[in-house]
Amino acid sequence: MNNQAWMVWPENPAVSVLVLVVLAMLFLYAARKPMHALIHSLGRSAVGPLRLGARWLISAADRMAYRNRAVLLAQGRQEVGTRIEREFERIGALVTRELQGYPTLQRKLLDEITRVEEDYRKCGEVPPPPPDWVDAVTAMASVKGGNEMVLRVLEEIRRSVNSIHDKALAEYRRAYEGRHKILEGFMPFWRSLDKTLGQVDRNIASLHSSAATLDAQMEKYEEIVSGSDKAEHALNVSGFTQFAIAALVLAVAAGGAFINFKLIALPMSEMVGAGDYITANLRTSEVAALVIILVEASMGLFLLEALRITHLFPRIANLNDRMRHRILWIALTLLVTLAGVEAALALMRDMLIADKAALLQSLATAAQPAVTDGWVGRIPTAGQMLLGFILPFALAFIAIPLESLIHSGRTVGGVLAVALVRIAAFALRFAGNVARHLSRVLVNLYDVAIVIPLLVERVAAKAPKRAVAPDVDDAERTHA
Amino acid sequence: MLKRMLVVLLFALSACGDSRDHSHAVYMLVDTSGTYAQESAKAQLIINYLLGTLQPGDSLAVARVKSRSFSEKDIIAKATFDSRPSQANAQKRAFRDAIDNSLKLVTPSRYTDITGAMIQAAEHLNEAGAGRKTIIVFSDMQEELDKVTVRNFPISLRDIRIVAVNVVKLNTDNVDPRRYLGRLDDWKKRVEAAGATEWRVINDLERLDAILARS
Repeated sequence: MNNQAWMVWPENPAVSVLVLVVLAMLFLYAARKPMHALIHSLGRSAVGPLRLGARWLISAADRMAYRNRAVLLAQGRQEVGTRIEREFERIGALVTRELQGYPTLQRKLLDEITRVEEDYRKCGEVPPPPPDWVDAVTAMASVKGGNEMVLRVLEEIRRSVNSIHDKALAEYRRAYEGRHKILEGFMPFWRSLDKTLGQVDRNIASLHSSAATLDAQMEKYEEIVSGSDKAEHALNVSGFTQFAIAALVLAVAAGGAFINFKLIALPMSEMVGAGDYITANLRTSEVAALVIILVEASMGLFLLEALRITHLFPRIANLNDRMRHRILWIALTLLVTLAGVEAALALMRDMLIADKAALLQSLATAAQPAVTDGWVGRIPTAGQMLLGFILPFALAFIAIPLESLIHSGRTVGGVLAVALVRIAAFALRFAGNVARHLSRVLVNLYDVAIVIPLLVERVAAKAPKRAVAPDVDDAERTHA
Repeated sequence: MLKRMLVVLLFALSACGDSRDHSHAVYMLVDTSGTYAQESAKAQLIINYLLGTLQPGDSLAVARVKSRSFSEKDIIAKATFDSRPSQANAQKRAFRDAIDNSLKLVTPSRYTDITGAMIQAAEHLNEAGAGRKTIIVFSDMQEELDKVTVRNFPISLRDIRIVAVNVVKLNTDNVDPRRYLGRLDDWKKRVEAAGATEWRVINDLERLDAILARS
């Protein structure tokens, strides 16, 4: 095709271009209004659906947020309700256990107090009063003169008094000794009394603490029932925290599962063969090992369900106790069996690796001396077997974080979905605004492209005004 | 009960499994002609490497390259390793012993029929039906045929990798290296024309891992 076909004057490209530009400009000028209308129309046709979509998304996000809030509050109500129920049960058990014996305790206390009072009363006995002969001695002592008779009598009295005094003192000491013994006998009663009162104090304190916890839970429950923003925020935060913790624990469990997988993948090839493949890079033996680990996790799940620790399967939770116990024992038996199988596989893995190492050693050109490890060399084997036996039980507990993850996943997923829908709504609204402004920019660009005809039009539009004005005046004058 | 569960699960999985064969069949040709027969110790090294590297389910055959080698009688040892690792290891030990005994008794042949040995190897590998097929040629790649033997016709090595190992330089190659390079180039063209998936030359025995590596 000839490259100069478009040229008006093939010998002069500049003039050709100029002519074409002028022609194009004239054409564009002529089509200005319809083109403006077309661009505006295109802009509106883009903006309308985008804004409509944004509005719909915002409305959907609001509905989702409302639904999330309802679900969150219902979950929170159920959770806190269950906790309050548990607290009441605990308090009930405490009251039954501790305060059931309270009348007996009170009777015991009263008996001990009565006994203490009686003993105390016994201690209150006063020593015998001094005998009447004290007055006689006083009278004799007041007789004047050194009558020998009196002296003898006094001497006799002194002797008698000393004798009586000794007796009275001995009697007095005996009496006090008796009272001390009574007081000494008080000690066990006091101790028992102290212990009993201490027990009562502890029970009351425990009740007080439980009541305080219950009050806090009730306050929380009331807030949830009233549907306050504070309660919703607290439940959201709690949901996110639970989700993060559960995800972390599950990640740790996944690490354990990986170790477990490594332990049994190689020996499984002894059972199912090493030449079968599920996909290009996935051996059947590896899948079999994975299946065993998943079966162990499932058994753990059923075990914890049967123990009513988790509540992922309402059917199991609703079973009667007899059936539940059967499921519990079946799951436990299977878990123990699988753990035993894993321990055996771990041993086989060790043997296979040792066999392979021996083969490679025998294939090596330079003969290497055989290393005898003794009992030290058996430590890894024992460790592997132990790990193989323990890991299934450890994996069984992933049911707890799994349940937590599933429950909190609803909250987290709901919040994220709402955020996502709102972002989408914002993006649509933003795109709508961009489209609107783009149509304006395109209109302006169009005008820039035909700026010369527009200038001519403007000049022409101004000139006739001046020319027309006198005509109007003339007309008016003529009319007048 | 557990075993039954396992079997059922594995049956269900194998029903939707990969039907392709992932096993690897290797056929090694050991040149025993002329002075090259002295290199048998290196051949043993390569066989040991293969024994240590091949997985359960793979197969290995070792054959001599003699004056006329299109014959099953030239196969020194062959084995398809059991899918159970412990059994496979026992088979590998037996294979190694068989090779040790055979290579001790190797007598140099007068001519070198590499083409006939390759046709035999290709037949063996195609019969084995493995997913990956490799022919390892332990030779100087200098084919010498007697007057009666006919090998100048197109051969088929479809879907087979050809790896030439320890291609030593002959005295004449030292005089004119173009002979060596031309010989290798001729073989490359020939095996590629025969439909081989790959042609590779490995002279450094420290790089044996390249024998089984995919390009």
